[in-house]
Amino acid sequence: MRLADEEKSILDGNQGEAARIALSVLVDLGELFGAVELIEVSQVHIDATLYMVDAGLEFAEKMADLGGEVAVPTSLNPSSIDLQRWKQYRVPPDVLSKHKRMAAAYLKMRATPTWTCAPYQNGIIPRFGEQIAWGESNAIAFANSIIGARTNRYADLMDICAAIIGKVPKFGLHLTENRKAGMLIQIKDITAQMFENEAIYPLLGYLFGEIAGDQIAAIRGIPQSVKIDSLKGFCAAAASSGAVGLVHMVGITPEAQTLEMCLHGSKPENIYDITPKLIEQAEDRLWAVKSDAVDLVVAGCPHYSPAEFIQLVQLIKGKKVHSSVVFWVFTNRSVYAWIKDNGILEDLTDAGIMVFTDGCSLQYPKETWHFTAAMTDSAKFANYCFSQSGLDAAYASIKDCVETAVRGKICRKESPWRKK
Amino acid sequence: MQEGIAVEKKIKGYCVVPGIARGEVLTTSQPISFWGGVNPATGLINDPRHELFNRSVAGKVLVFPFGKGSSTGSLIILELARMNKAPAAIVNVRTEPILATGPIVCKHFYGKEIPIIFLDEKSFQMLQTGQHVTVNAAEGFIIIHN
Repeated sequence: MRLADEEKSILDGNQGEAARIALSVLVDLGELFGAVELIEVSQVHIDATLYMVDAGLEFAEKMADLGGEVAVPTSLNPSSIDLQRWKQYRVPPDVLSKHKRMAAAYLKMRATPTWTCAPYQNGIIPRFGEQIAWGESNAIAFANSIIGARTNRYADLMDICAAIIGKVPKFGLHLTENRKAGMLIQIKDITAQMFENEAIYPLLGYLFGEIAGDQIAAIRGIPQSVKIDSLKGFCAAAASSGAVGLVHMVGITPEAQTLEMCLHGSKPENIYDITPKLIEQAEDRLWAVKSDAVDLVVAGCPHYSPAEFIQLVQLIKGKKVHSSVVFWVFTNRSVYAWIKDNGILEDLTDAGIMVFTDGCSLQYPKETWHFTAAMTDSAKFANYCFSQSGLDAAYASIKDCVETAVRGKICRKESPWRKK
Repeated sequence: MQEGIAVEKKIKGYCVVPGIARGEVLTTSQPISFWGGVNPATGLINDPRHELFNRSVAGKVLVFPFGKGSSTGSLIILELARMNKAPAAIVNVRTEPILATGPIVCKHFYGKEIPIIFLDEKSFQMLQTGQHVTVNAAEGFIIIHN
């Protein structure tokens, strides 16, 4: 790799040990993937903020102690827990201290405490074409596909290194030639009525990820009327079922206004169809519950937006969550403050819904909450729930989630794509 | 190298992360996700859907085609190294940045080496569970000792 004098000087340790370690890691990765130089990024989103294993804590604390400080605006993914309402979230005190140490290390490095997995809706938001370094799979897919910013799928720890240096190796999705779609996925026989049920979008995303795997694909047939939160659900699902960093949604992705644009003028190498039958099968794969008993309902994976809260408060109006069910919604602190001001939070609380900030529902404290089965409006949550907590989960529309929570047992209205 | 070993086979590979390691081969044709797939405290494969379920990766020359899954995999490899439960080396057909990040950070942070080497499909098939091998990633070869 060609390094500038300043970069060589960092490697010699002239800007401290944290910068030396960070740049050494970036240069090794760059050499490995054939990058010729480093490029500047305007911002970073760090994924490695959950306290999960001690190595992550050691890394963050040591980098902070060695004088590591972010060189560019840097947002933070969720903590594992609600750092403020940890008591209500039943976080055992011995684990709490490690979560707090983790948070302190990132603040010491001067990162912005966004504590959110949807940094593209609140926080430090990039523009079209901007070079950025983001971790968190759903955020990466959203940034590349919906905003048209440019980031690779940065691994935990690499994101911290990028933040400290403000640069990354120039390779992968930072370069126009590597953003070309090779595969085309077509939406076939899906009617306007099916698209009206917003639960279809995460299912389409889930199928997209399964089909695309680690390849870059274009998808044709997503209606222009799609809402931004549906795109969020699509990207989160796609990045959980496949190694998806960039989805070209024809007519929606800024650099894919036409199919020709994202194929860079060539023909697709493979073409696949997504049909109502495939959607039904995907829905079945995300339905792991074995009976109609459910005692946990989860929303906010990724973190809920104001629009999603408005929909939720309308659905729960005049109803109450059943005494046998716990209903959690996760969001960030900004949205929480807004719904507190406009009274939505009070209505939700009165109805028995618990709203948390900062945390990740997939990392709930297993020692203190004991559930039999979960229902969620997130295909990503449903996909990861069992491997993360041993709990069976079912994916459904938010309408069905609310009905289920109110009745205290599974309510599943026929999805329009299911054969009667 | 050693005397008294009659058959020694040398396979050519390509360096991903440099280093030299010796160990017993543990091979699978399935991809591995370190996050949600390997227990970072014990080194045991904990994904019940994986064919290596309940086998330990600790100290093994772990042979699998490519990595998959979440970007947190790098952190799990770092924790495995901290707990001395990491594989001795990793052999792939294809290595993506997320998988490579763990061993790279490990080298600079803990000063521990987990070499990664990749092979073509045909050479990859020559490695069998139970073989004793030396991986020399920097020079791009694997020696099968028996």
